[in-house]
Amino acid sequence: MIDRNLPALVTLAIFVVAYAICAAQFPSILSLRVVGNLLTDNAFLGILAVGMTVVVVSGGIDLSVGAVIAFTGVLIALTVGHAGMHPLAAFALVLSIAALFGAGVGAAIHYLQAPPFIVTLMAMFLARGTCFLLTNDSIPIRHNFYSTLESISIPFPGGGKLSFIAMLMLITVAIGALLLHYTRFGANVFSLGGNRQSAELMGVPIARTTILVYCFSSVMAALAGIVFSVYTQAGYSLAAVGVELDAIAAVVIGGTLLSGGAGNMLGSLVGVLIQGLILTYITFDGTLSSWWTKIAIGFLLFVFVALQKLLVHLPELRSKRGFA
Amino acid sequence: MPMQSPTWLKRAWPQLLVLLLILPLNAIVSPGFFNITLQDGRLFGSVIDILNRGAPVALLTLGMTLVIATRGIDLSVGAVMAIAGAVAATSVNAGHSAFVSVMFALAAGLGCGLWNGLLVAALQIQPIVATLILMVAGRGIAQLIAEGRIVTFVDPHLISLGGGSLFGFPMPFIIVLIAAAITAILVRLTALGLFIEAVGVNAKSSRLAGVNTHATLIFVYIWSGLLAALAGVIAAADIRGADANNAGLWLELDAILAVVIGGTSLLGGRFALSLALVGALTIQALKTGILRAGFPPEFNLIVMAVAVAVVLCLQSPALAALWKRR
Repeated sequence: MIDRNLPALVTLAIFVVAYAICAAQFPSILSLRVVGNLLTDNAFLGILAVGMTVVVVSGGIDLSVGAVIAFTGVLIALTVGHAGMHPLAAFALVLSIAALFGAGVGAAIHYLQAPPFIVTLMAMFLARGTCFLLTNDSIPIRHNFYSTLESISIPFPGGGKLSFIAMLMLITVAIGALLLHYTRFGANVFSLGGNRQSAELMGVPIARTTILVYCFSSVMAALAGIVFSVYTQAGYSLAAVGVELDAIAAVVIGGTLLSGGAGNMLGSLVGVLIQGLILTYITFDGTLSSWWTKIAIGFLLFVFVALQKLLVHLPELRSKRGFA
Repeated sequence: MPMQSPTWLKRAWPQLLVLLLILPLNAIVSPGFFNITLQDGRLFGSVIDILNRGAPVALLTLGMTLVIATRGIDLSVGAVMAIAGAVAATSVNAGHSAFVSVMFALAAGLGCGLWNGLLVAALQIQPIVATLILMVAGRGIAQLIAEGRIVTFVDPHLISLGGGSLFGFPMPFIIVLIAAAITAILVRLTALGLFIEAVGVNAKSSRLAGVNTHATLIFVYIWSGLLAALAGVIAAADIRGADANNAGLWLELDAILAVVIGGTSLLGGRFALSLALVGALTIQALKTGILRAGFPPEFNLIVMAVAVAVVLCLQSPALAALWKRR
C-alpha cells in the first residue's frame, strides 16, 4: 500500500518543502489569504484533474477538456445572458450535453478501436469549433444567482476566505478519490489501464467502462467550465486554451503513470497546487518573467518522471544484486 | 516496401479518396482554384499556395512519421519551431550570416531532439511524457532566448527561405522536397527504415535480434527535432520575425493528424512517408479551401473534425472486419 502511494507521497513531500522554501523568502505566503487564493485560483484545474486522473489511470488521455470548458462558458453565457434561462437550468443543460459528448467520445474510442489521442483531439476541434460558431465575443454573465454563488464563502481568521468554488473543488476531489479508489467502477478502471486483455478475460465490462470514463471526464470538464464561468463571470470561446496540458502535467506530477493502471487522485490535487505555488511565487517575486513558469513546470515534470522511473527500477536493481 | 504500386494503391485509397474529394470541392466553392499564373518568374495560384503554406506542417510530418513508426510521439515539435526561430532571429541580429544562423537553429533542433531521444531511449520514459516536458518548457526557453519580445530581422537571405522562390516554386516547397528526398533515402535505401519498423512492432524482440534500438530511437527524435527547427526557420522567415508565443503553436497536432490521416498507426510499425505528406497536403487543402470559400476561419476546426472522423471510420479495424464478412 505504501509502495503504491509512494510517488504521491514524494510529490506531497516536495510540495511541503517547496512551500517552506517560498515561505522562508516571503513569510506572508504562509497566510491563510494566500492559501485561500491558491485554492480558488486553481479550483477549475483541480476539478479538471479529477476527470483526467480517471482517464489516465484507464490508460487513455483526454485532450478535449479545455475546449469543453470554453464551450460550457459560452453556452451558459448565451442561455443565461441572452435567453434568460436560470443558471441552474443552464448548468443542468450543459452537464447533460457534456455527458452525451463524453459518452460519444468513449464509444468512438471503443467501437472504432481508434487511439484516444486522436479521437479526443477530434473532440477538441469539435467543441472549440462549436464555440466559435456560437460566438466570437467574450460575453459577460450577469445574474443574481452568480452573485449569490460568489458571496458563499467560509471566512478564515486573519483575512482571506474559502470561496464557494474552492469548496466545490475540494468536494469533487474527495468524491473522485472515493470513486476511483473505493468503488467497483474504480477497480474496473485500474484493471482496464493495467492490462486490457486480462481485464477483458476477468470479465471487466470494457465497453461500458471506456464509455463511462470519457463521460466522467467530460462531465468534470463541464463542471470545471461552470466553476471557470463563476471565477471569470464571463463566457469566451478562446478561454482555457491548452489547459488540458496543465491537467495532464498535474496528473503526472501527482504520481499517476501515463501508461495507465497506477495512480492516485489526491496526488493530482497536489500536482495542481504545485503548479499554483510556482505561479504564486513568481507573482510574489515580481521580477521573474512569466516564461519561467513554463520552464519550471517542464523541469518539475522531468524530475517527477525521472523519480518515478527510479522508484520502479530500484527494486529490479536490488534484486539483480541479490539483496532482495 | 510501400512504394510498390499495387499494394501502395491498395493501402492508399482512403487517403487519396479524401484528397481527391477535397480538391474538386475547393474548385466548386472557389472558381479558379486550379488556375496557376506565372508572374516575374514565379508561379502563383491556390494550389501553389497550399504547397507553400503547408510546408512547415509537411516538414514536421516527415519527422513525426518516423517517430510514430517507433511507437512514439513527439509533442515538442511546435515548441522546437519556436526555439529555432528565436535562435535564428537573434543570431542574425547579432551579426552572424544567414547561413550560420540557420546552422545555429538546426543545432538547437538537434539538441532538442537529442534530449527527447535520450529521455525515451536511455531513461525509457514514455514518449508522450518525455516530449511533453519540452513542449511545456520549450516555449519558455524560446521566450528566454528572444527576451520576451518578437525579434524582427531584415537579413534578405534569411527572409528568402520563407518568401523566396526557386525554379518558379516557393522556397518552402523546395525545402520540403529536398527534406523528403533525404528522409526517404535515409530510411528506404538503408536498413534504417526496417530498424524503425522493427522497434515500433516490438522493441524488446528487435533488441534481442541485434537491432540497436537505442540508436534508432535517438535518431528518429533527432531527425524530428532537425526538421522542426527547419520548419521554425521557414515560419520565422515568412513573417520576418520570431514570435516565441505563436510560432508553431498547435502545429504538432496538425502533424500528428497528418500522419494518422496518412495511415501510419499510432501503435507503431509500418509507416508511409508519401501518404503522410498526402495527409499534410489534405489538411492544408482543407484550410485553404475554407478560406477561399469565404467561410470564417472558425469553420476550420469543425471541418477538420469531420475529416478526421471520416478517415478514422475508413481505417477502423471494426469496419474492415465488417467489410470482410460480406
